[in-house]
Amino acid sequence: MTFRIDKLGVLIVVLAIYGVLSPFATLKANRIVPGEGFDILEALPGGFGRLMLLAVVGGAAMALLRREALWRLLSASVVLAALFACVGLAAAYLTPADNSYARVSPASGFWILLFTFSLLATDGISRMNPRPSVRLLFLALAIGIVSVILLSGLWTDLSVMKEYAARADVFWTEASRHLLLALGSLIAAAVVGLPIGIFCERVPALRSAVLNTLNLVQTIPSIALFGIMIAPLGWIAANVPGAYAIGVRGIGVAPAFVALFLYSLLPIVANTVAGLSGVPRQAREAARGLGMTSAQRLIRVEFPLALPVILTGIRIVLVQNIGLATIAALIGGGGFGTFVFQGLGQTATDLVLLGALPTVALAFASAVVLDALIDMNAVAPPRKDTR
Amino acid sequence: MSRVTPTLLRALLLALLVTFLLAPETFEPLLRPLVQQNAPVIYAQGNLMSLTLQHLATVFAATLAATIVAVSLAVLVSRPIGAEFLPLSRSLVNIGQTFPPVAVLALAVPVVGFGEKPTLIALFLYGLLPIFENTLTGLTTLPRAVVEAARGTGMTGWQRLVKIELPLAMPVILAGIRLSVVISLATATIGSTVAARTLGEVIIAGLQSNNLAYVVQGGLIVGALAVLIYDGFSAVERRLAVRS
Repeated sequence: MTFRIDKLGVLIVVLAIYGVLSPFATLKANRIVPGEGFDILEALPGGFGRLMLLAVVGGAAMALLRREALWRLLSASVVLAALFACVGLAAAYLTPADNSYARVSPASGFWILLFTFSLLATDGISRMNPRPSVRLLFLALAIGIVSVILLSGLWTDLSVMKEYAARADVFWTEASRHLLLALGSLIAAAVVGLPIGIFCERVPALRSAVLNTLNLVQTIPSIALFGIMIAPLGWIAANVPGAYAIGVRGIGVAPAFVALFLYSLLPIVANTVAGLSGVPRQAREAARGLGMTSAQRLIRVEFPLALPVILTGIRIVLVQNIGLATIAALIGGGGFGTFVFQGLGQTATDLVLLGALPTVALAFASAVVLDALIDMNAVAPPRKDTR
Repeated sequence: MSRVTPTLLRALLLALLVTFLLAPETFEPLLRPLVQQNAPVIYAQGNLMSLTLQHLATVFAATLAATIVAVSLAVLVSRPIGAEFLPLSRSLVNIGQTFPPVAVLALAVPVVGFGEKPTLIALFLYGLLPIFENTLTGLTTLPRAVVEAARGTGMTGWQRLVKIELPLAMPVILAGIRLSVVISLATATIGSTVAARTLGEVIIAGLQSNNLAYVVQGGLIVGALAVLIYDGFSAVERRLAVRS
């Protein structure tokens, strides 16, 4: 263990200093006015401020002096846990007693420190280049820690959680709506797209026509496609007598679902074609030599070999759908976008966060899970170059 | 025949787009069935041409900034001096792509306010990733023999980079920029939810007033722009790939 200065460490130290000097938490008189910033020592009761500073200094020193991946990950995790705990404590401490309008939210200093030490943790994990199962374990740990904090009530006084408390039932309705849109359209696209992909791989004449058409769909911006899906129903509303009166307008979940479905087709079809075309000829010949029928070859040989590439397509679709499902709110389709756009309309940042944070977390978690699945199914797991 | 048809189709698409932008009324009969009686068919709260130019300018500015930053970063981490950042930068690119554009846009508003700025920031951040990834791939998969030969002729590191490595990686880098532009063209429409002046304004006006003609014209203009720009980039890439 040599003590030599690390370049990423220098960056971490600079960012950490900047983060510590910026306000840690903001106290606002109500949910929409700008607030007043407090730095770490002012925002936390008694010795907690000094403990938090100590954790930051220790983490930054680790980043500067120790290059071992495990140490970096551990020290970063300690600082992140301290940050999460302290932002809750700061909210409880700064909120004036019997003032139900005052809001405390994390300020720039908190976000900078969160970013800085997430960077250090990411560096640690990517240097360790862990096996897929270990990556899933890390994800489960992270989810566990956040759940414990949420359930413990440590964050109850944070403004985001106050926004949540004000609309807890709606939140879970919108959450399930969001999942229904993102996952449901993915499943529908997989059910339709896999056969199309298999068919296109067999019939090369069709391939470019199908892929070009699906490519064109992707060029239509998402809000427009969501809107255009209203068109068929809108036409009925305008032209079929009485249809408008009974409420046919195509606004809501259905057009959003169809739009997401159309966006999902291209990656699934294209990757199915690519995966199947990539099956080595020897494998096909060997299966044929064993006397397998065409269907047996497809299910037992070609499909398993193509699975990692197909899963990559599904990963792209899932992450993309979770993000795009936020747009559904613009056409009354619900989902987390509801809070984002309501928040933008009311200039209530905390409401935006209530919609944006779960979306980001959901997309991130799905990416980690599917990346792990892809690596587990790869014939020879692709290992990134480590140093 | 088969080589001429795509070019003809493209020329036709371009002609249609320009006609629509200069004289949108000509298309009124086509869009009329989409709206209820007496509703306006062609977006009139703003000039379609100026909105299109503004949309392109926003995308261009964001992509230009993203290209400069992403290419510099990729060059840096592919040199020995920045090699320590290589595993981290790869993971960051992966994580960055999981952030939904709407979330980036919405979270930028409290920091910089409504208008063009949050849109530029979101487009910039979103545009960085494909360009960075492709530049890195281009620079790290160069044929070793060529790089060694350049070293053998006594070129300095800077000369090798500017005269050999970047030109050879150019088709891959351009493919990244193309991807980034196409994504940005579509994402810029979302910018109108935070009051940026882009073609999204037309679509959102249509959604709010239940006017399908607006939604369709806004969507089709952006779609046509994306197809034409995508094709333009692909043509340049092919030409570069043939030359090198």
